[in-house]
Amino acid sequence: MVTHTPVTSIANSSAAARKHGGAFDVLQEWITTVDHKKIGLMYIGYALIFLVIAGIEALLMRVQLAVPNNTFVSPQTFNRLFTMHGTTMVFFVGMPILFGFGNYLIPLMIGARDMAFPRLNAFSFWISALGGVLLYFSYFAGSGLYGAGTAPDVGWFAYAPLTARVFSPGHSTDYWTLSVLLSGIGSIGTALNIVATTLCMRCPGMKLSRMPLLVWLYFVTSCIAFIAISPLTAAQIMLLIDRYLGGHFFDTQAGGSAVLWMHFFWIFGHPEVYILVLPAFAFANEIIPVFSRKAIFGYPAMVAATIGIGFISMGVWAHHMFTVGLGPNANAFFTLATMVIAVPTGIKIFNWLATLWGGNIHFTTPMIFAIGFLFQFLIAGLTGVMLSASPFDWQLGNSYFVVAHFHYVLVGAILFMIFSAFYYWYPKMTGHMMSEKLGKWHFWLFVIGFHLTFDFMHIPGILGMPRRVYTYEADRGWAIWNMIVSSGAIFQTIATLIFVYNLVWSYFKGPEAGADPWDAWTLEWSTSSPPPSYNFAKTPTVESRRPLWDLKHPEDPDANYE
Amino acid sequence: MSFWIYRAAASKLIASTIGAPAREIAQWASHGICRTAGLLAFQANHSSTSIFAPEGTPARSIFGLSMFVLGICAAIFLIVSGLLLFTLIRFRHRDGDSEREPAQIYGSNQVELSWTVIPVLIIVVLFLATARVIFITEQARKPAAALDVVVIGHQYWWEYRYPKLGIVTANELHVPVSDAAHPTPTYLTMSSADTDHSFWVPELAGKMDVIPNKVNTMWIDPDKPGLYLGQCAQYCGTQHAKMLIRVYADSPADFAAWVAGQQHPAIQSPGASEGMAVFQRNACVNCHTISGTAAQGTFGPDLSHLASRATIASGSVPLTQDNLHAFIDDPAHFKPGALMPAMHLSDHDLDAVTQYLMTLR
Repeated sequence: MVTHTPVTSIANSSAAARKHGGAFDVLQEWITTVDHKKIGLMYIGYALIFLVIAGIEALLMRVQLAVPNNTFVSPQTFNRLFTMHGTTMVFFVGMPILFGFGNYLIPLMIGARDMAFPRLNAFSFWISALGGVLLYFSYFAGSGLYGAGTAPDVGWFAYAPLTARVFSPGHSTDYWTLSVLLSGIGSIGTALNIVATTLCMRCPGMKLSRMPLLVWLYFVTSCIAFIAISPLTAAQIMLLIDRYLGGHFFDTQAGGSAVLWMHFFWIFGHPEVYILVLPAFAFANEIIPVFSRKAIFGYPAMVAATIGIGFISMGVWAHHMFTVGLGPNANAFFTLATMVIAVPTGIKIFNWLATLWGGNIHFTTPMIFAIGFLFQFLIAGLTGVMLSASPFDWQLGNSYFVVAHFHYVLVGAILFMIFSAFYYWYPKMTGHMMSEKLGKWHFWLFVIGFHLTFDFMHIPGILGMPRRVYTYEADRGWAIWNMIVSSGAIFQTIATLIFVYNLVWSYFKGPEAGADPWDAWTLEWSTSSPPPSYNFAKTPTVESRRPLWDLKHPEDPDANYE
Repeated sequence: MSFWIYRAAASKLIASTIGAPAREIAQWASHGICRTAGLLAFQANHSSTSIFAPEGTPARSIFGLSMFVLGICAAIFLIVSGLLLFTLIRFRHRDGDSEREPAQIYGSNQVELSWTVIPVLIIVVLFLATARVIFITEQARKPAAALDVVVIGHQYWWEYRYPKLGIVTANELHVPVSDAAHPTPTYLTMSSADTDHSFWVPELAGKMDVIPNKVNTMWIDPDKPGLYLGQCAQYCGTQHAKMLIRVYADSPADFAAWVAGQQHPAIQSPGASEGMAVFQRNACVNCHTISGTAAQGTFGPDLSHLASRATIASGSVPLTQDNLHAFIDDPAHFKPGALMPAMHLSDHDLDAVTQYLMTLR
């Protein structure tokens, strides 16, 4: 795509600004920064490190499960691996990477100088970062005075009473609790910041109805985060009271309730899925139109569907509890609520389809990842509908079918959109294009690996294989499927290595990007790449949802149609 | 009450609203899926834990619903992904396309309305079909001939109590076959002694969690004699993976014989008195019961009729003299993390106690 644009006029001064003093100065600059772009990049970098760690954990588990009765790792080690993998991926990869992109992009997209509360922003990042470090510190200190260290092994949703001191002595569960608690504080801080920024910092002319969809979706995500993270934090504090102050909230041996924990956790846990997936939708809302060369189809419907998802997501948590014995009325209610969420989600898919329809589709690396997302999210949504039919879930719940389903969401949809976002905004963040050739290698290898792993993972679930088992019987017919699933992990690993190499290579060798390499339409592309610390030399004024379209097509501006 | 409302509404709605052609399509689609499922069920012949090979009423009604939901989802997938694929090919950028931007279309309320209303209708149908199965399974009337079994989950084994028959056993559940004319289903009343577990035998029924401080119920009615396998489906601790379930569905005569055998006090064979003495003077008695002796522990499985079972270690190890010997010597040999400690008996005592336990039929 051609890089000419009428808005490259603003400074290419950042190259000069990038000249640093010594390493210590650089370090000090990053540690003390309150600049939303630097904080955003730190979130992303931090998340990438944890992505690699949690990915290695997944790889070790797949080696163990490749053949039945394997002894590659001990049962204790395996249980720690899946606990750490889940906790890390949700709290220290998914949330920070999405908040990182949000932090970086939101002020740029609404023409603001920074987030509403820059210091709170830095605080939120560092407190979340501490959480992740604390979680892994358990490997050294988890047993406290009981002996050598050990990571938590209670699973990422840590069902009571497995977390009670009698079943979980030592401190590994406390490290889990405290790290999740800290991450929650950071997330609430960032959510608050995004809400305030969205409501108060928009540039002149940017009414709510002209806000880029990405910002709208982050706004709704942040509102969900407010409501959803509080019960999690409350539950963690109750657990600490149980463990250290003799409380009995979840202590079933003393009359506490295991089901109470499940309610608390999933009232957080299900909205959390939407906290993670809405930013992925947000990326798709920006990337699909640009490479279809068309405005997003049905902007108001997209906003309404997002808000709808936000509300409904609060009322579906007990679909994680269909097998808990809540009774037929509760099961029927949560079946209905869960199925209803398919409607706004379907609206989104159809609007993306309509955006592509009649367009001029360019298959760049960001776009092919977005297309992978569309197909995979469709499948993930449909297996979700199957699981929402509670009797079907009585069979499939807690089986490998569920593991396959939510990895389809987390990897097939969210991670694919995160990769897409990397290829799309990397030029803005660094001033260099990423290699398209390596990008295509990354895409195809990852697609092969993804489908080998997660398509075939549904089958052992149907054949009765429960999740979280460190090994399985040889005579159940699960072995061949597990071997295929594990072999896919190899492709994904190679693809990820190519991606990381591409990130580093492009930073030094990538072609100059210029301000607007994709010929895009939102405000972040009107400033230089990377943007100067003040973002915009002059506060922009907008008259439509696509201010750069208006600039590029003064004869036919969007404002005429909105 | 509410069950009848759902049921009536469901059948009426499915019959009238979606109409005959749609029903045909659904049948056609579910036929195709049944064939795929048949392949998986074939796979199941040696795995015996497939959810698509139902052998009892609850599993069968779930299977029917599953095929219906799967059919609708597969149809949606084919239509939407087909459209998507067509769009991507039809509207791809070609070399030599003009540099002009395509026509900008901002939306259409009619189109939005159509793809809101159609999914809503699909969901109404799906929901009513689902609600019907929820209520026929969870509110089924319990026949007078039903057998009651209390299921207690332990880290990492199952305790089964037959209160009306005075039987306590472990890990291998015996139930009578139930035939449609004279149903004799088994009602399981379940709770846990420690952490959360889940009772799942895919061919017989969906799973039900086994939770401390909460009493859950479910029922099974296997229609063919045989062995049905399953395992704990809720992570319960280190050895969650080897907390297997074996359900034996016996013919009425076999079941009566099994009950009679279990109701006898434990055999005290004179040849094994030495092993019995070893058992009685060691810590074994703190955790295990052998009826008619001083061993009345309840922390571990009841061993009164151990030798009548096919497996030890919660279904994960076949019961043979050698395996039992190795297990008593060090349970971690088979199940690292099992709560039974290594007993450190002398070779002589180990042989004697193994021999004694093998006599407990």
